[in-house]
Amino acid sequence: MNKPVNQKAWFLILPVFICVAFSAIVPLMTVVNYSVQDIISPERRVFVGTEWFASVMRDEDLHAALWNQLRFSLAVLAVEIPLGIGLALAMPAQGWKSSATLVIIALSLLIPWNVVGTIWQIFGRADIGLMGATLEKLGIEYSYTGNATQAWLTVLLMDVWHWTPLVALLCYAGLRSIPDAYYQAARIDGASKLAVFRYIQLPKMRGVLMIAVLLRFMDSFMIYTEPFVLTGGGPGNATTFLSQYLTQKAVGQFDLGPAAAFSLIYFLIILLFCFVLYNWMQRVGTADKEGVAE
Amino acid sequence: MNDGKFQKRSVLLLLYIAFALLPIYWMVNMSFKTNEEILSSFSLFPQHFTWANYKTIFTDESWYSGYINSLIYVAINTVISITVALPAAYAFSRYSFLGDKHVFFWLLTNRMTPPAVFLLPFFQLYSTMGMMDTHIAVALAHLLFNVPLAVWILEGFMSGIPREIDETAYIDGYTFPRFFLTVFLPLIKAGVGVAAFFCFMFSWVELLLARTLTSVNAKPIVATMTRTVSASGMDWAVLAAAGTLTIVPGAIVIWFVRHYIAKGFAMGRV
Repeated sequence: MNKPVNQKAWFLILPVFICVAFSAIVPLMTVVNYSVQDIISPERRVFVGTEWFASVMRDEDLHAALWNQLRFSLAVLAVEIPLGIGLALAMPAQGWKSSATLVIIALSLLIPWNVVGTIWQIFGRADIGLMGATLEKLGIEYSYTGNATQAWLTVLLMDVWHWTPLVALLCYAGLRSIPDAYYQAARIDGASKLAVFRYIQLPKMRGVLMIAVLLRFMDSFMIYTEPFVLTGGGPGNATTFLSQYLTQKAVGQFDLGPAAAFSLIYFLIILLFCFVLYNWMQRVGTADKEGVAE
Repeated sequence: MNDGKFQKRSVLLLLYIAFALLPIYWMVNMSFKTNEEILSSFSLFPQHFTWANYKTIFTDESWYSGYINSLIYVAINTVISITVALPAAYAFSRYSFLGDKHVFFWLLTNRMTPPAVFLLPFFQLYSTMGMMDTHIAVALAHLLFNVPLAVWILEGFMSGIPREIDETAYIDGYTFPRFFLTVFLPLIKAGVGVAAFFCFMFSWVELLLARTLTSVNAKPIVATMTRTVSASGMDWAVLAAAGTLTIVPGAIVIWFVRHYIAKGFAMGRV
């Protein structure tokens, strides 16, 4: 953990810094600029201070969307992370089987998001879709457009289908990086499978697992295209998540000020969650390392 | 007992593969049907097998140019992302310097910002600079989420390489660029492969920014597809065919990357 101090390392960061500054800081400043002004026309703008922020914070619809979003993101993590780890452990390590599994599992990641929505839209329809028709035959009344719970579950299932491979691939890459010597040592010690998982595989996967958890959290928090295509946020507001709410405000009603204020709040919420998660996982990781050293 | 456990795992894997493939199969199945057949009857296989949907895509320029445009900006984006991310990831994994942790976290925050937030500012920025409807504009916009991701993944892989390798190389008289290109880079091939794959993927599937920043000359395939949905009713069959084709480039890329992932790190055997 004690890396040598070298301020010249900044030169290595510089290209990234310039790239991201160009594509993030400049646009973000524009958003900040909008959030404190009432833009009546390009020539007439009034400084309104924190008014937009206050009105956005009191918005009941926003609270509903936020609550919906939180439940969804937590459900996504609860399903996808264990399933992804399980898949990574189950995937064959060598040979053509391993290649075939990798390619098959990665497929769903490469489908453009609006196509993902379209696929499930068809797949779930009771008249022409495989899943919808099968459920119908089993005597389950299924409709993702009429029933709020089913709509929510369908969006969740779609997300699990779409994104579990990301977790699995990252964990798989992490697992492959464990030298055989570790397993040999464990075998000599007579360690159980559970112990191997807990004390060798899990700590070695910590880095990739952190990437997986954070990525899935952020991305599920920003989900837009897939539910938009599948359910359009309905029935009612059952599947209206934060991004959809934001786009409705910014593009639908063209309320630039409130939309910008909401963007910033949205950004800060994600930032807060990720900061907490990031630090928590770093601590857990360090504690694990100390545990091994003892 | 070991066998029992192994079997249980295989069952999980097979079940998941079935779950992963069924919706895709359904789309491929539909791409060989006519619109009438899709909407009128329910069948596991196309009853009236037709290539007409694919023919539509390969003969209509507004369709196939979409694929070319997408591939161009995705390629530009992946190359830039990996090139700038490599030295940065090395700096983060090897040195501590003023504000390193903060900069690293700041990079990640860019990955966390919903693209919807940046829609309007990007539009104005690129309009002012006269870069609307160019491939480079989309490629640059996608740097927003791909550069942080690439730095993050590469940093993880690089931290797995023992620092002794760097030190030995410097003692042997390697300069930094020579060491980086001839010694270090081959060691993290797997990481570069994985990072390139994810950059490719996220750029390939992104819709909102790509659609907003282009109109004709650089219109990506994902935007072409949404237009077809809204314009001519629901042309399910052509849409399914187009969707099937969007999977192909990605499948080819993962086929190449698979070696890097499967071989694992060279460090285990050094």
